[in-house]
Amino acid sequence: MALQQSQQQKPSAAEAKTANTSIPNAARNPSNDEPNKKRNATRREVLPAGIVGTEGMNTVEREIPADEPPALKVNSSLAVIGRSTPRLDGRLKVTGKARYTADVRLPGMLFAQVVTSRYPHARIRSIDTSLAERAPGVRAVYVLDRVLGNAELRDKSKELPAKFPIVRFAGQPIAAVAATTQAEADDAARLFKVEYEPLPFVVDEDEARKKDAPLVFPGAADQGGTAGGGGGPQGVTQEGNVRGPVKSGPRGRPAGDINRGFAEAEVTVEGEFRTQVQTHSALETHGVVADWKEDGLTVYASTQGTSSVRDEFAAIFKLKKSQVRVVTEFMGGGFGAKFGAGNVGVIAAQLSKKAGAPVRLMLTRKDEHLSVGNRPSSIQKLRVGAKRDGTLTAIHLFSYGTAGTGTGAGAGGPAQNMYKCPNILTEEADVFTHAGPAAAFRAPGHPQGCFALEQTIDELAEKLGIDPVALRDRIDESPARREERRLGAERIGWSRRRRAGSDTGPVKRGLGVAQSIWYRFVNMDSACEVRVTQDGSVEILSGVQDIGGGIRTVLAQVVAEELGLKASDITVRIGDTAYPAGPASGGSVTTGSITPAARNAAFKVKQQFLEEVASALGTMPEYLKLGGGQVAVFDRNPNWSDGDRQGRSYKAAPIKSLSFRQAASRLKTEQIAARASRSDDYEKSRATYGGVQFAEVAVDTETGVIKVERVVAVHDCGRPMNPLTVESQINGGVLQGISYALYEDRILDRNTGLMVNPNLEQYKIVGSRETPRIEAILIEEYTGRSSTDAGGIGEPATIPTAAAVANAVYNATGVRVREMPMTPARVLAALQSARGKGGVRS
Amino acid sequence: MTEGIRQKAHIEFRLNDEAVEVAFAPHKTLLEVLREDLNLTGTKHGCELGECGTCTVLVDGRAVLSCLVLGLDVEGREVTTVEGMAEEGRLHPLQDTFADLGAAQCGYCTPGFLLVAKELLEANPQPSREEIKEALAGNLCRCTGYIKIYEAVELAAARMRGEEARPAKEIIYGYE
Ligand code: FES
Ligand code: FES
Repeated sequence: MALQQSQQQKPSAAEAKTANTSIPNAARNPSNDEPNKKRNATRREVLPAGIVGTEGMNTVEREIPADEPPALKVNSSLAVIGRSTPRLDGRLKVTGKARYTADVRLPGMLFAQVVTSRYPHARIRSIDTSLAERAPGVRAVYVLDRVLGNAELRDKSKELPAKFPIVRFAGQPIAAVAATTQAEADDAARLFKVEYEPLPFVVDEDEARKKDAPLVFPGAADQGGTAGGGGGPQGVTQEGNVRGPVKSGPRGRPAGDINRGFAEAEVTVEGEFRTQVQTHSALETHGVVADWKEDGLTVYASTQGTSSVRDEFAAIFKLKKSQVRVVTEFMGGGFGAKFGAGNVGVIAAQLSKKAGAPVRLMLTRKDEHLSVGNRPSSIQKLRVGAKRDGTLTAIHLFSYGTAGTGTGAGAGGPAQNMYKCPNILTEEADVFTHAGPAAAFRAPGHPQGCFALEQTIDELAEKLGIDPVALRDRIDESPARREERRLGAERIGWSRRRRAGSDTGPVKRGLGVAQSIWYRFVNMDSACEVRVTQDGSVEILSGVQDIGGGIRTVLAQVVAEELGLKASDITVRIGDTAYPAGPASGGSVTTGSITPAARNAAFKVKQQFLEEVASALGTMPEYLKLGGGQVAVFDRNPNWSDGDRQGRSYKAAPIKSLSFRQAASRLKTEQIAARASRSDDYEKSRATYGGVQFAEVAVDTETGVIKVERVVAVHDCGRPMNPLTVESQINGGVLQGISYALYEDRILDRNTGLMVNPNLEQYKIVGSRETPRIEAILIEEYTGRSSTDAGGIGEPATIPTAAAVANAVYNATGVRVREMPMTPARVLAALQSARGKGGVRS
Repeated sequence: MTEGIRQKAHIEFRLNDEAVEVAFAPHKTLLEVLREDLNLTGTKHGCELGECGTCTVLVDGRAVLSCLVLGLDVEGREVTTVEGMAEEGRLHPLQDTFADLGAAQCGYCTPGFLLVAKELLEANPQPSREEIKEALAGNLCRCTGYIKIYEAVELAAARMRGEEARPAKEIIYGYE
């Protein structure tokens, strides 16, 4: 998540950025004609606010920058935004013409392969590259002098003496080679002679916490954040391999006093929950094509952030940012792991520099599992206290987990922020292990946090004899989730839910519910340019990349709405740092950040368009109206349909109509263009997004197999821009959640420190056989925060699924499975131990 | 490497309804031959171990994982890749429905799914949802949640049977 750029976290940075926004209209406002006040010119605007279809639907008045467009009506009144719109690039994707990084072919391009460590912890004594250098086709070799991604020692002098970077996980890159074919590079990579001095290692977080455990770092270490977030807080106290725990609570600080809270509690529930390490496993691995030239570096990258990749390249190679160009036409999924240049990028660029030719490096599936990120594990001890009526009095979470050689294993977000409770304390520790570093992964910390919190709330409901949905209605203040619970409960038939363990046969069915919370982050580095050309063609340009979420199409919708065209009329050029700066796509920020800039730019260019066309037609811009691909010319201002300012009523009548194209031909110059950057949100108080998911499962108590049969996922994301693509993200989020809940597990062998399942066979991700019926329901919530009022969906969609499944498993069997993945073995063990206590009927 | 292995193999086969001749290092997989020697990059690679299905192509109408097949093995056979699905400039009904219904999110898995689905519909013009799931079970998608892929296959199947079919219902806006 892009915490660094979030205005909530760093208002000062956001304000600094806003100050750069130029506001030409300010000059027209006599009260603001002092130059230093221009940038503050504002006006009052009434915007829709509330949840459509509920009593809370209303309006809100905001102070907004004077040059921004008028309030956008709710979706039902719009022509393009909010309508399901097929992806503009759909045709390219279904014909195989969409160009991904591995499809880039440059003249003279070389292929690279990486040499990685076979040991989880080692000092490298020597590296002999001579055989590799002489191998057929080899054009360059490179030995890494620095490894990115791992945490770094605060005090560098504490590092073990060594000629080469210390190896801290099996799979850590050591060297690389570029050759004229991939096969030659693969062969040559096997010819490096690396002499290791293996060192003691530990890959298990419980072992690593012990006093005498082998140390991962010989001193305190921090992991630098990337644009996509991940990484834990800096400067945390560290003892042995354990950093922290960091004490926190709602908005970053403990709330109240948990001791008092538990003393006041009439009921307490507690449990220990364990979640595994999950790897991102995008179908396209990390990869780049780097083309080093005298005058700069061009990189084709599979990334979620063209700008963040450029920044890291510029910093590492000491280039000006303007000398680095990053291009991402299409990319095959990232889920948080693809933000920086990373070792992959640096290796390719170094090889390209040495060889004087472009170099392509795509990671193998194995390296993808080992070295470029994962979701940290967690062991969470959660205790919740409440009054008999359900009111929460205290929440205490103690958790630790491993992010390997990285940091950021905290899981406290949901416990801190989901429910109303006066006393909240979370204590989150990171445990270093000799395993690949974590990276941001779709809602860092939240799916694991929800697995514990939402099961505990479920248990509390049972203990109190209150329905889990009804309990949440009492303790959850979010109006959106209230509505989502209502809709979801109705849809899944929550009233069918029986007492836990009601089925008498071997296959038991049950229903469960869980919810998510996520936060509104805005990346201020979001800018667009919109161009209209005399032939009537319209283009939008931005550096933002489409990682599959569909922003390419949404940008076209926004421009089309403003100009009265169809989305397919708009040419979208994105994914290139040569265009105006775009946000990195992490933390569900893309749509909420970039669409206001797109609309503002389209609005500006529209004004110029109308002025020029009006003057060519001898009328006033206010008398023109865009819509349906036409420019209608009226005899008076058509917006004053109810009467003029004196209250005389009249109706504007259209005089004539010309096509957008005919109108564009009247422009004075070949092309007009306007650019807009993101202005600050109109309202800066904290906002969250979320969702409620209901799962229906069948548990075979003889085999331990859980089958998820149906999921109803009800979500909010502000103004839904393109329901078609939102729905797809919800489906995908749910499925990733099921995959996490039941199957995925990065398994390291404690004796060798090696991953035993670095593939897609034994590292199982959910396939079509295990896919349940998924019903996505979307509510439409307005908060009057920007010129589009759009938010994000990627992360909230995956957060609650595992917890909802776990609660359904409990409802089916009467037995709680507190460890993920909920494999048949774990289910059987839980049933067995409950049987021992006389807890399960079969 | 010995000289023998470095010598190129030379084969002829039919690719997307055209006769092709190609020379390549004999150890190459069909996937490599297609992407590197024939410059058809529509066929993707996700694992090169036969686990993900992204490299699926049709050989004599049957779906195969091109990362597990040697290029040499297709001598004299008929290979169809995603680039060959459209006929005379008209997209295959599956391509239309995948694009229209949003069955391609990042799109990386899409070519593989299209070809498996094509094989399915040729053998079974009216597959049930369960049969579709079973047919697609060898192909992984990390983005879409599969649902829209099923819907696209169902809609294409209906259209290919000549039925008037409407796209599956889109998002439920809470209030029907
Ligand atoms: S690349 Fe062939 S199955 Fe994955
Ligand atoms: S659409 Fe991304 S993997 Fe399927």
